[in-house]
Amino acid sequence: MVRYLIRRTALLLASLALAGVALFVLLRLLPGDPVNALLSVGATDAQIAAARRELGTDAPLATQFLAWLGDVATFDLGSSLISRLPVGPEIAARLPVTVPLTLAGFVLAVLIAVPVGFLAAYRADRWDGPLLNGVAQLGLAVPAFWVGLLLVSVFALNLRVLPAGGFPPAGWSDPAASVEALTLPVITIALVMSASLIRYVRAATLDVLGSDFLRTARALGSSLPAAMWRHGLRNAAAPVIAVLAIELATTFLGAVVIESVFALPGLGSMLIRAISQRDYPVIQGVMLVSTFAVLAVGFLGDLAQRVADPRLLRGHR
Amino acid sequence: MKRAWIAVAAASALLLTACGDGGESTPTDGASAIINVGSVYEPQNLDNTAGGGQGVTEALNGNVYEGLFRLTDAGTVEPLLATAHTVSEDGLTYTFTLAQGVTFHSGKALTSADVKASIERVTAETSKSARRSNLSVISAIATPDDRTVTVTLSKPSISFVYHLSYVWIVNTAAGDLSTTADGTGPYKLGEWKRGATLSLTRNDAYWGASKAKNAGAVYHYYTDATALNNALLTNAIDVVTSEQSPDALAQFESNPLYTINEGTSTTKLLLAFNDRVAPFDKPQVRKAVSAAIDNAKLLTSIWGEYGTLIGSMVPPGDPWYEDLTSVNAYDVEAAKKLLAEGGVGGGFTFTLDTPNYDPHPTAATFIKSELAKIGVTVEINTITSDEWYTKVYQQRDFQATMQEHVNDRDVVWYGNPDFYWGYSNATVTDLVAQAEAAKTEADQAALLKQANKIIAEEAASDWLYLYPQIVVASSSLSGYPLNGRNSQFFVYDIVKS
Repeated sequence: MVRYLIRRTALLLASLALAGVALFVLLRLLPGDPVNALLSVGATDAQIAAARRELGTDAPLATQFLAWLGDVATFDLGSSLISRLPVGPEIAARLPVTVPLTLAGFVLAVLIAVPVGFLAAYRADRWDGPLLNGVAQLGLAVPAFWVGLLLVSVFALNLRVLPAGGFPPAGWSDPAASVEALTLPVITIALVMSASLIRYVRAATLDVLGSDFLRTARALGSSLPAAMWRHGLRNAAAPVIAVLAIELATTFLGAVVIESVFALPGLGSMLIRAISQRDYPVIQGVMLVSTFAVLAVGFLGDLAQRVADPRLLRGHR
Repeated sequence: MKRAWIAVAAASALLLTACGDGGESTPTDGASAIINVGSVYEPQNLDNTAGGGQGVTEALNGNVYEGLFRLTDAGTVEPLLATAHTVSEDGLTYTFTLAQGVTFHSGKALTSADVKASIERVTAETSKSARRSNLSVISAIATPDDRTVTVTLSKPSISFVYHLSYVWIVNTAAGDLSTTADGTGPYKLGEWKRGATLSLTRNDAYWGASKAKNAGAVYHYYTDATALNNALLTNAIDVVTSEQSPDALAQFESNPLYTINEGTSTTKLLLAFNDRVAPFDKPQVRKAVSAAIDNAKLLTSIWGEYGTLIGSMVPPGDPWYEDLTSVNAYDVEAAKKLLAEGGVGGGFTFTLDTPNYDPHPTAATFIKSELAKIGVTVEINTITSDEWYTKVYQQRDFQATMQEHVNDRDVVWYGNPDFYWGYSNATVTDLVAQAEAAKTEADQAALLKQANKIIAEEAASDWLYLYPQIVVASSSLSGYPLNGRNSQFFVYDIVKS
């Protein structure tokens, strides 16, 4: 297990470094110029040239890259070319929106998907199992923004019980308003995400239900629930955890759309704006942080899988 | 059974509604009210000479920062920090007297040195102000005493005072203003929560005769027009500065709780030809294309009953406006004839660089189908705003493009042959220069009117329509600006009852 941990950590760091370099290069290959976001119709050629000099985007790529490497090595993500604010604190200010949004959406999705997926498998030969599965299939086809708009229309515009969007200026020092602001976005994420999770849980449960070991356990006198609890859960868990890790990462990235629909000042809306402005330090900062989050989740997912199913460690002895 | 379910559902809905209404109970009217303003234009930074953009003008111009003069919502220029000014006989020397007892929010008293430094911020080499070139006529600024500023021009400029209306007078000692502010206006900057809100609080030590009529304002920023309108429908905001979503208006039209105001707009949708390149270097071809497009139909399909047709760059309301919609009016047969006169009777193909945001893609598709009727094929090339600035505006590498031009008084750009659209007509250049050097505003208006007429007759561009400027507000609100001139949005007279 220790050797596995070391290898896995090394892999995590290497992936992060590689992602950082690839990001820098790819961003610069994309056409675009941050100066365009700062100027408007009426600006003269001389002004444009002066602005480019000021932002340093006219410097050779290698010079820019080395400067960036130096910054990152000292945990400095640089400053925005557009707002001139340091990127690190700007990202930190957005995390209290995006992290609770993603985690709560994820937890709620799991709370919905596990029992529903299990039921869908358990009652696969009755009418309600296929119905649940069918609803989940349908859910897969519905885009997240549409679910968000629907919820807004019902709970914000008609029933008027929850805000249609926005986040309280006071942030989490106004916990009630913050929870209210995140309720509909969290439900949106949970609904959309649980649709795909239900199918994985169902498939994993079906595998276990049809397995030899479960039949053996039952032949030895265990009731089905007892056998499922003692033998089935762990076996079904490993594949579901693998999917969960990927899904959590997807949720984090998918929050971009949800944040826009609900006007939430999170990382997603920050990233979208930075991309349209070609604000390289901000794009790189947000992407680096989210890449790290995704890799870390994958890392934890792999660990959790090996705790649930130690057979997976065998290859690494 | 079914009936029981419905009853339960209705009861829970009622219960939920009741809970929801109990939450808000702070006093929110009169002088203690906070005005919640909704907008899609979040500032990029807080400095209008560092690329703060339209959003920073909307939030801070007139509210936090003041100029020597104010461009009112009605479009007139009135004295503000300069209470009096004289112009020398030759029109080259302006002497401004500053108002007495003016202090910045930081407490420092306003002096002529601040004014000099503030003007120089706009004219500096690193200034990103789009209006920098308008002030290039300044040759010297002197400060004979604390309350007097003398500006010498290299040539007469009748718009000089107008141009001073968007020069913020800032505290010279304040340093970098991209994230802070120190102005003289009726509000102090509260807090800017990037991606969400920017708040202003009433400046109780305001120097002017009338203080702000509310306790403050919070600008709420949205990237999605639906989210913006939903915020208004749920009373999270009181007013939308500029409605950009025609489809959303229907839900406010029939509702007495909201008021829709159509003000005077300066935003023009242009089909801009590259007048340097064939076949658009021939006026006949440009006229043919203009006459082949039914602008009225386009406007209706996008904005319904809102918006105005214009026959040239000047919107109604400007002193040099003239109704030129009959010039190159919609006439397919005439268009075909003009095309032949231009030497491309058999039609031709051109690429239309189309910004990827509304309403450009819709309008481009419409233009494509209209021009097909005269044998002209349009290839729509969708580009981002960033690409537009690089490819079209800077490199001038295009045949035709679409763009919304928001600025007030921007007909003068047709006098600049180096401008991106490359319209070059010595008479127009001369008229624009003469108008700027005019002695009286009547002379200026007469000269610009002539220039405007020539560009219309030569179809320098095709002016598809003038956007409506629509402010939608809660009916309990009054005193808000309607015209959004130069993207300003003064909040100091807004009253919530």
